[in-house]
Amino acid sequence: MKLMWFHLMPYTELPDDFNKKHPSVWVDIHSSLFDPRRAHHMYNDFMDELEYAAEVGFDAICVNEHHSNGYGLMPSPNLIASSLARRTTDTALCVMGNSLALYNPPTRVAEEFAMIDCISGGRLIAGFPVGSPMDTCYAYGQNPSLLRERYLEAHDLVKRAWTEKDTFAFNGRFNQQRYVNIWPRPIQNEPHPPIWIPGGGSVETWRWCAEMDYVYCYLSYYGYKAGLATMNGFWNEMQKLGKDRNPYRAGFLQFVGVAESRQQALDLYTEPAEYFYGRCLHVDARFALPPGYTTEATQRAGIEGMMTKAANLANPATKAALKATNMKDIVDGGYVIVGSPDEVVEQIRHVATSLNVGHLMLLLQYGNMSKDTTKYNTRLFAEKVMPKVKDLFGDWEDKWWPKPMAKNQRAAVPSYRAQVAAE
Amino acid sequence: MSEPRTTTVEVNGFPCRVWTKGSGPKVGFLAGLGGLPRWLPFLDELAKTRTVVVPSLPGYPGGSTGHSVLDTHLDWVLAVRQLLDKAGLAGCDLVGASVGGAFAAEIAAIFPGHVKKLALLAPFGLFDETNPATDPWAQRRDAVAGLMCADADKWSAMVSPPEGANSVEWPIEMVRASEAAARAFWPLGATKLEKRLGLIAAPTLLLWGEKDAVIPPSYAQKFATGMKGGSPRIETVPDAGHLAYLDRPEAVASAILAHLG
Repeated sequence: MKLMWFHLMPYTELPDDFNKKHPSVWVDIHSSLFDPRRAHHMYNDFMDELEYAAEVGFDAICVNEHHSNGYGLMPSPNLIASSLARRTTDTALCVMGNSLALYNPPTRVAEEFAMIDCISGGRLIAGFPVGSPMDTCYAYGQNPSLLRERYLEAHDLVKRAWTEKDTFAFNGRFNQQRYVNIWPRPIQNEPHPPIWIPGGGSVETWRWCAEMDYVYCYLSYYGYKAGLATMNGFWNEMQKLGKDRNPYRAGFLQFVGVAESRQQALDLYTEPAEYFYGRCLHVDARFALPPGYTTEATQRAGIEGMMTKAANLANPATKAALKATNMKDIVDGGYVIVGSPDEVVEQIRHVATSLNVGHLMLLLQYGNMSKDTTKYNTRLFAEKVMPKVKDLFGDWEDKWWPKPMAKNQRAAVPSYRAQVAAE
Repeated sequence: MSEPRTTTVEVNGFPCRVWTKGSGPKVGFLAGLGGLPRWLPFLDELAKTRTVVVPSLPGYPGGSTGHSVLDTHLDWVLAVRQLLDKAGLAGCDLVGASVGGAFAAEIAAIFPGHVKKLALLAPFGLFDETNPATDPWAQRRDAVAGLMCADADKWSAMVSPPEGANSVEWPIEMVRASEAAARAFWPLGATKLEKRLGLIAAPTLLLWGEKDAVIPPSYAQKFATGMKGGSPRIETVPDAGHLAYLDRPEAVASAILAHLG
């Protein structure tokens, strides 16, 4: 299986009384809480951590896009990814992703992703999320009633921009361009870089991923227990559509805290976990459901109780658990897996096999976790957990992984650390 | 309260409900946020002396999913023009409230021969950065009713499912009405209507609920200033919110009927 290291880049210094004094971590979070001089250190720490994850052997490092968000400091994940392309050599770069409807024209995404693919020698995974309501409709002012139509059209345009050899005119419903002809072009051109789709639990998204042969990623912050119903729904739909159960069709996000013992893990990771589930997920309900964001089919499924996610939410126990902000409930709910290396191995194997997920995206930094603790968590996972879970799904081929240039054909990237040492 | 006559017209291939009731000269009504999930006492008031004709805008209750093919403001304006024509309202008096008010103003501006007299109740269409209208689409669920009406119960009564309503489709229709409004007016409720207000030739009444929590009553003056030649009259309705026709059906109807003559 593939083990991927994901960073959200949370602002790590939200005040203790944040939830009391501020209505939302997202959209209208107050600028007085942001200290650019502190953010300088945060960004540099976060990028160190991503580079460290690559160094210790994770299969991919992952970044994503958020706007006006106190727990996600990457309005442009592409900026981070291009820097990572120069500071890593073999690790896949998973940009998870660019919210297509937010780019005007959307060929900007085709261009920037092609740049990252060229700089990195073909290591890009291209994520195309619709984007959350908070990011797209509120922070970026996109019309919720048009968002999905714009997204789908932008997707078609980006894909054509990557694959058509000649300059073409695009006469879309929302985008008109007389001369589409991007330079540069991606290295991965047979036919294009792997496309992964982070989504919620909607049947339409599952069907679309199956039809297009894309990886579906369920990026929930609530862990494997809450995610089970969604992933079961996904695999049931794949079966209906006659698709195999290749676990590499799917990605799943899981928080982990590993230490020498379970108690030590609790000691280390309680504060950052409670910071994340308390402060970082403090989102004003005003920004949850812009009309039109959820399709009528999904609403209908929800009301009729067919949608697994809605069914979960309707269960009072699950609903209460989803609001958990103290470590006991966070761990009991499965949001964060904690334990000694062997305990984590056991749980990771259980998560991967029960959800049938070949691409496990791990959050080993969360909330206000320090760089030292993050590196400790990352190293211990790489040394003591990874070797005991890598064998999973060995019989399946991962057809959705980047195909970089051969190593001996790639540019030698100067080693920053070595240069410093030489001086 | 007797039932109106219901007919259906097609706009862009989607059915739109048209309610008709009363006798006398015709007056059209384009409803506000939420549309018309049910017939209202306000419409009965108009029907006492007029033939009131109420076409449902695409996407609003009775208007099926016709909003889904309307991508631009021009698409919307042309859909409303077709709707009015097919409902037999060309050249008649026209009343528009809230989102419907913005469309009534557009029709009166762009097709001046189409509207005899115009009454606008707290219309959308403008935005003042120094006195911003409230965002109706960023509200906690329990805050919506109190935002729409001075008396929150009036809104709740309008959107609550009637006996026998389909428990799945009814709530979806209510969300769809909100989506249709968002589709045309996201994110600010503004359509740069100020560029066209000066074209309105029809005698115009500007009505505003004095407790309007969505669009500040001071916007009435902005509309009036924009209308230059039309010399519109401004009236406020006491004890009424944004959807003043729900809060004060008789007062709103009588102000409109007095204006229409």
